[in-house]
Amino acid sequence: MSLMLEPSPEQLKTQKVYKEMGLSDDEFAMIEKIIGRLPNYTEIGLFSVMWSEHCSYKNSKPVLSKFPTTGEKVLQGPGEGAGIVDIGDGQAVVFKIESHNHPSAIEPYQGAATGVGGIIRDVFSMGARPVALLNSLRFGELDTPRVRYLFKEVVAGIAGYGNCIGIPTVGGEVQFDASYEGNPLVNAMCVGLIDHKDIKKGQAHGVGNTVMYVGAKTGRDGIHGATFASEELTDQSESKRPAVQVGDPFMEKLLLEACLELVQSDALVGIQDMGAAGLTSSSAEMASKAGSGIEMNLDLVPQRETGMTAYEMMLSESQERMLIVVKKGREQEIVDLFSKYGLEAVSVGRVTDDKMLRLTHQGEVVAELPVDALAEDAPVYHKPSNEPEYFREFQVMENEVPAVEDYKETLVKLLQQPTIASKEWVYDQYDYMVRTNTVVSPGSDAAVIRIRGTRKGLAMTTDCNSRYMYLDPETGGKIAVAEAARNIICSGGQPLAITDNLNFGNPEKPEIFWQIEKAADGISEACRTLNTPVIGGNVSLYNETNGTAIYPTPVIGMVGLVDDIDHVTTQSFKAAGDLIYLVGETKDEFGGSELQKMTYGKIFGKAPELDLEKEEKAQQQILKAIRSGLAASAHDVAEGGLAVAAAESLIGSKGLGADIKVKGNATSALFSESQSRFLLSVKKENQEAFESLVDATLIGEVTEAPILYISNEEGQLLAEQVDVLKQAWKGAIPCLLK
Amino acid sequence: MKFAVIVFPGSNCDIDMYHAVKDELGAEAEYVWHDAESLDEYDGILLPGGFSYGDYLRSGAVARFSNVMKEVVKAAEAGKPILGVCNGFQILLEAGLLPGAMRRNDSLKFICRTVELKVENNETMFSSAYEKDEVINIPIAHGEGNYYCDEAVLAELKKNNQIVFTYNGTNPNGSLENIAGIVNEKGNVLGMMPHPERAVDELLGGADGLKLFQSIVKQWREAHVVNA
Repeated sequence: MSLMLEPSPEQLKTQKVYKEMGLSDDEFAMIEKIIGRLPNYTEIGLFSVMWSEHCSYKNSKPVLSKFPTTGEKVLQGPGEGAGIVDIGDGQAVVFKIESHNHPSAIEPYQGAATGVGGIIRDVFSMGARPVALLNSLRFGELDTPRVRYLFKEVVAGIAGYGNCIGIPTVGGEVQFDASYEGNPLVNAMCVGLIDHKDIKKGQAHGVGNTVMYVGAKTGRDGIHGATFASEELTDQSESKRPAVQVGDPFMEKLLLEACLELVQSDALVGIQDMGAAGLTSSSAEMASKAGSGIEMNLDLVPQRETGMTAYEMMLSESQERMLIVVKKGREQEIVDLFSKYGLEAVSVGRVTDDKMLRLTHQGEVVAELPVDALAEDAPVYHKPSNEPEYFREFQVMENEVPAVEDYKETLVKLLQQPTIASKEWVYDQYDYMVRTNTVVSPGSDAAVIRIRGTRKGLAMTTDCNSRYMYLDPETGGKIAVAEAARNIICSGGQPLAITDNLNFGNPEKPEIFWQIEKAADGISEACRTLNTPVIGGNVSLYNETNGTAIYPTPVIGMVGLVDDIDHVTTQSFKAAGDLIYLVGETKDEFGGSELQKMTYGKIFGKAPELDLEKEEKAQQQILKAIRSGLAASAHDVAEGGLAVAAAESLIGSKGLGADIKVKGNATSALFSESQSRFLLSVKKENQEAFESLVDATLIGEVTEAPILYISNEEGQLLAEQVDVLKQAWKGAIPCLLK
Repeated sequence: MKFAVIVFPGSNCDIDMYHAVKDELGAEAEYVWHDAESLDEYDGILLPGGFSYGDYLRSGAVARFSNVMKEVVKAAEAGKPILGVCNGFQILLEAGLLPGAMRRNDSLKFICRTVELKVENNETMFSSAYEKDEVINIPIAHGEGNYYCDEAVLAELKKNNQIVFTYNGTNPNGSLENIAGIVNEKGNVLGMMPHPERAVDELLGGADGLKLFQSIVKQWREAHVVNA
């Protein structure tokens, strides 16, 4: 019936209906040429989602090709649901990060919740057991009701999904800046564990094998979600609310357990999540990767609503669904397996050898398209790139040290800045302990979970300082990777690999494309030096509201291996009398710093410098010291500089204080954000051994009295009760939310 | 002593309970699917936390109709120790094995953190290894742990010494009289919101929950020596 309402192929062309779906005139012409006729409404729908930036990476491919993606431990690089890295003993770690920015901007709870659900499916579709979740969030300043609403609902959505499905949310980061006011960022990362022998791929091999649909029914939610994700947000975006999916974590928990039982069956040939572009992308990609075709009868697709058209079914992004290919004749076993969990498994089609995606509905062929044309042949655009004016201005600025009158007051204020302040309000809502493996919970540098039955652990973190990124995307890109690695190292892990989530504005603007290119250059170089290949990720472009872009925000998700769980180290000082060391050089660097932002209300100048060789050397020295049991605590010096790092090491301690002596310009010594710096504490008896391993400066001692005391050659700079610092740091976000 | 860890669709602390009993306590444990017909072979029944049936309708409201719950009621009547933690506690309330009901946390938010509990009654089969008034650290992780009952029930609970654990210091969820865990009148069914199975290993931050499981085993051994 509703088919009657669909435009005819001729109308599609003459009325340019494809434009509403995000396709250009040139792209429509290409499609017409590829298939040698005019596409019908369903077919053009399939092309529009598969050729969206979200699915095809048509604008970002030239940039993504810069990344190093291989390494001796990499078992699976980009291209599948998630990347995989060997961790020895026949085990591997599987992880990926993905964005759900646009859905979260208009429907924050469901947008964030389904972002979590989607990334979990990517991991268990590889056959892996998801063991941890992380996230990276960006919001506007917390001073408007709308931003506070988005912040509260996004956190609740992440909690609602993760807590219910029972995967601990162990870490993440939250930053606040006006550039995200209309376009928050919600990036979710999932980490899984797998035995090498269980690794599965999304490939439809074996002509005649059966294509089965498992999980939740298909409804009309999320239609054109991928297309929606590939355009700018405007005041009209509210009307796209139906493009946001609705999540059901209980359904996903059942699907998860059923699929993990399924991967143990030799009847399974291939499995893929129905994520962005749902049935369309899963079927076309599985066939394309295997060099086969797929034929499906859409009448058999489990439907939640009546009267759904082929177009709606194929473009729906209903959640908690998987497409699987099983050996012919083994279908009943699969039906039985899923029915144990109360889930449907329905044969909907078969694998063919003609490399076509052929769909029938109500007795008619409704689409017949080459799978490679859908999955592989989207045009690749080399967008023009142009160095922005602001960058040239910033680069010629001298490093300016902000004027500070009262160091103590400045430190307290810095600790209250939402980006630095305690995120307890956030992670208190996440069940970070479920499955009882969490050794280091949220709040330290990286989270650590143990691998049950072994001595090993996994350290994990998400990082990106988008202020540095904005000032200088290449340096900022290096810093993002280096900082992630610092966090892993400080927790006692060796960095293994990264997954990245490239959040940028509209790539059709040359200044934005320049940011993307430069950031990718910086990330690539850091990944090469630090030996952390990119094993997968996600691109989220068009993050603009009414024409204004977010800061460039390529979030780095990194996982490291802790050889022996005894090496796990945290940032908190441990005992009075321990010596405090600073690793790295402090310069007058305030471009993009927390102090600059706080003092001037804006950021400008050069980003802090980063020497990757020095960085790598410092990291390896510190890891060696940690593995030798010589570091009582380790913390990277980041936003807010040394004074903030010292305060953080004290706030988590059991009522300790510190007496620290610094040199040089006091403001720089306390608050500069120079890179490649670490704050460590060492037991006195280990002084000699530590100093022989690490190039570090002894700057003070942990004290019994719970006071942070910092002085320089001229005398006291600041002295404050740790409790006062703690109250300021802990109270800031709850206070802003009142 | 052999424990059954009941697994409902949506349970997610089943693995934690299983490993706490098996690895840290050193007792036998088996997962038992919600459609099981009998629990006769088990000496103790553990209802783990999670979101059984997605917490749809009300926490625990659907799970109480599971096949296995008839067997849990039978086991309770037979005097076997039954421990319900978090969602397990909610299910015991819905099943009528314990009095009272749960409301949403007064903050209206899910809360995950380690809290202090006070052992109010150490004369139960679940708490005998603790000292009376001992303060222990046990994690909580729930959105609906705000225990409530009417005055008559509260008077009964007090009279019979059925309040086993209370929150010490800050009450995280607004529960009546700081109640964190209660037993039935007979003393063999304990429901508690905090997760003792998450506090059995110093590596993960503390082992104060282990004594609860040790109490159960101790009581069982004594009973079996007497019976022998």
